[in-house]
Amino acid sequence: MLDAVFFRRWMAVTSAAVDREAERLTALDSPIGDADHGTNLQRGFSAVRAAMDEEPPATPGAVLTRSGRLLISTVGGASGPLYGTLLRRTGKALGDAPEVSREQLAEALRTGVDAVRQLGGAAPGDKTMIDALVPAVDALGDSFAAARAAAEEGAVATTPLRARKGRASYLGERSIGHQDPGATSAALLIACLADASDASGAYEAGEASGG
Amino acid sequence: MLINVPETVVADALRGMAAAHPELAVDVENRVIVRRDAPVAGKVGLVSGGGSGHEPLHGGFVGPGMLSAACPGEVFTSPVPDQMVRAAAAVDSGAGVLFVVKNYTGDVLNFDMAAELAEDEGIQVAKVLVDDDVAVTDSLYTAGRRGTGATLFVEKIAGAAAEEGQPLAQVEALARQVNENSRSFGVALTAVTTPAKGSPTFDLPAGELELGIGIHGEPGRERRPMMTSGEIAEAAVGAILDDITPRNPVLVLVNGMGSTPLLELYGFNAEVQRVLGERGVPVARVLVGNYVTSLDMAGASVTLCQVDEETLRLWDAPVRTPGLRWGM
Repeated sequence: MLDAVFFRRWMAVTSAAVDREAERLTALDSPIGDADHGTNLQRGFSAVRAAMDEEPPATPGAVLTRSGRLLISTVGGASGPLYGTLLRRTGKALGDAPEVSREQLAEALRTGVDAVRQLGGAAPGDKTMIDALVPAVDALGDSFAAARAAAEEGAVATTPLRARKGRASYLGERSIGHQDPGATSAALLIACLADASDASGAYEAGEASGG
Repeated sequence: MLINVPETVVADALRGMAAAHPELAVDVENRVIVRRDAPVAGKVGLVSGGGSGHEPLHGGFVGPGMLSAACPGEVFTSPVPDQMVRAAAAVDSGAGVLFVVKNYTGDVLNFDMAAELAEDEGIQVAKVLVDDDVAVTDSLYTAGRRGTGATLFVEKIAGAAAEEGQPLAQVEALARQVNENSRSFGVALTAVTTPAKGSPTFDLPAGELELGIGIHGEPGRERRPMMTSGEIAEAAVGAILDDITPRNPVLVLVNGMGSTPLLELYGFNAEVQRVLGERGVPVARVLVGNYVTSLDMAGASVTLCQVDEETLRLWDAPVRTPGLRWGM
């Protein structure tokens, strides 16, 4: 089962990964955006990490709800409300259970992704974060590793697409040939979820012994 | 770049603005700029905001006759809902607040969230989207047309109406009317360098220009070999008149993107006026200068706004802000 410690680790791992990948995310955002995606997420996840250290939420739902609110209050742009809503709505869907299963997380994350789709109006194939998140949620029922692979594949597959949402959409045909920065950071978030589970020895052992 | 470190660019600018404009209450920590006499009894509050890097928009348009408050975000990044809620609370006299929102996904989402939160606090909120950029041609399949130069017309005219004590529904309707009657088109001669990145956001060689750019350093729709001022005026005005046929006189904004000298802007305005004359478009007023900028980008945009007697009267009404000032 996944407890609050696991979810806090997910946020901490994500914060470190965003720091590490900020330049790459910003570089992807240069040709088809405005070159600030890495910087903006860095600001948000630093705030999340600080808040988690200062006053660690006690349940998985509370970790994500609080993180989502912080992203909304610190990131700005489109990614603030979108990532904030993703985590907040996923957290709300988890309720106040002290522990949740991977299957329950997959279900809650689907609620979160649906909320993002509704807020941003993007559908799969629009060259957005949705292109990484939807396949990730579909695969999370199988395993964390499958979700990571599906998200990464989804992000890479945005390259030949023409953007229909967000700032890249203004470029029309010229958005083709660039990997979407939002899909890339969404894949990073899912990869960090898998990393958090890799680091969770007890969880892996429990899952293995449970068959 | 004339900065300390990229992380403090916005806060540093706000501190400097506070020092230069004692008539404005600048909250550096919470990033809200409010006219000092707010809330004005019985007056609708006008709140706008957006990413920084477009100065004087929006903070430079706070003052009597224009905005009640502005919320600057990080460079080219929309502000967060907390800022707009704080601004709305500071300017609401009970007559309600109008949010003027440029049509970018980030701004729309953050202002929507802010409107919900402000309404929870008992503030009546209306919103108007500014989407005047004709360079976004297939807007049905994108995030829609961008808000650019028309923002100045909307903020000035709606601001004058609010100053006169017109009710929220009327100020909102006017703002919407001004937007619907406005169209813009911009060109870039250089790319833009954001403080965070420190190098140009795209590669635009000398001797080439980008037609149909926005105000966030994103490339335009088309790259061409360098054109003369006259040819650029024909392309820009032509693109606008392909989209709208003004029946009334127009306000003309010839806007610099940040690093194009006024000498060139006035020369460009002469060409814009020539093309408008040739196309038979009557001109009511002309404004030339750097108003809706994109950091250090070289280039210009043209905005036309059809006016009737009433909107022209409100355009001419007194205004006193750091960026726009006449009649008082």
